[in-house]
Amino acid sequence: MFEHYLSLFVKSVFIENMALAFFLGMCTFMAISKKVDTAFGLGIAVIFVQLITVPVNNLIYTHVLQEGALAWAGLPDVDLTFLGLITYIGVIAAMVQILEMILDRFVPSLYNSLGIFLPLITVNCAILGGSLFMVERSYNFGESVVYGFGSGFGWALAIVLLAGIREKMKYSNVPKGLRGLGITFITAGLMAIAFMLFSGIQL
Amino acid sequence: MKKYREILLDPIFNNNPIALQILGICSALAVTSKMDTAIVMSLAVILVTAFSNLFVSLIRNHVPSSIRILVEMTIIASLVIIADQFIRAFAYDVSKQLSVYVGLIITNCIVMGRTEAYALKNPPIASFIDGIGNGLGYTFILILLAFVRELFGSGKLLGYSILPLSTDGGWYVANGMLLMPPSAFFLIGFIIWIIRTLKPEQMEEA
Repeated sequence: MFEHYLSLFVKSVFIENMALAFFLGMCTFMAISKKVDTAFGLGIAVIFVQLITVPVNNLIYTHVLQEGALAWAGLPDVDLTFLGLITYIGVIAAMVQILEMILDRFVPSLYNSLGIFLPLITVNCAILGGSLFMVERSYNFGESVVYGFGSGFGWALAIVLLAGIREKMKYSNVPKGLRGLGITFITAGLMAIAFMLFSGIQL
Repeated sequence: MKKYREILLDPIFNNNPIALQILGICSALAVTSKMDTAIVMSLAVILVTAFSNLFVSLIRNHVPSSIRILVEMTIIASLVIIADQFIRAFAYDVSKQLSVYVGLIITNCIVMGRTEAYALKNPPIASFIDGIGNGLGYTFILILLAFVRELFGSGKLLGYSILPLSTDGGWYVANGMLLMPPSAFFLIGFIIWIIRTLKPEQMEEA
């Protein structure tokens, strides 16, 4: 049992890395990776939100939306899966809001360091993607907790790595037209190729 | 009339959402290994952007700004659900290949970005055209990427053989790297390079 969860975790961090294998959350990945500090803060925020929203969406999916899930309410034929997208995004928006309030009240230092990144996370496709993959691969509750943490961790790892490379790149002589966004794309491409190495691993 | 033409054409070259505004990159990378998925995805994005801009612009004077993001999200999510169900009904195979990426149009920053930046401040018709224009700008990059990747990666266009592969007795040795997702990063990087060399005012200082 433990082994199964561990292999799922390793798989979601390295082999199926959200940013470098599925290209989710790219907009923020490119835009907020100029400094390691901010990238780190954003990464932590993503791990938090992912860890909460994926299991919550899992519960909602299995107990409300799935075909036949409403049997306990006397409605065995109802299939609400088409409402999935709007429900997940609602849950994510609400969770981010609640998390923001809780952090503000109890851990102000973390709240201040995350600051503007928290609300941004609502529109980060890695978060919604996590919930959608969870449904597509029909994970159970335990697996969804592990997957939520693992995929958030993988994304955080990728953005911190990219930010580290970009900080060093300030000292290199990049062709004019390629500076900024262009070279960032090519760097991310090389990182993605490096991460493809993991795809050969069998767990 | 001239004004509308500008709104429509400006995002395609001068102010491209992917190459300049860094919006909506996720799907641009993941769905472009073949032309047909890229075309279906582009159509869905054009429709969702255009109509979400139209609807948000119609109600822009009635929504308090504190809940506007929630309202926008609801409109966008409903439109994406419609698009998703349509694709499932009429192009089931393609919908399987697109997997979660149709749903991810909700969080595609082009849609959200345009409703926030344009539709909230402009009248409905102009917003609708701006939506189509930005959708076309996205389409332009997507089709370009898919064209290069499918033609040189597997010697085909839309499934028809163009360059006969050496494995089937032809002369063209397929470039397997172009079928792998990271190649999209390089191609977008080079497209940005070309655009910025042609239009030096877009260069970044950094």
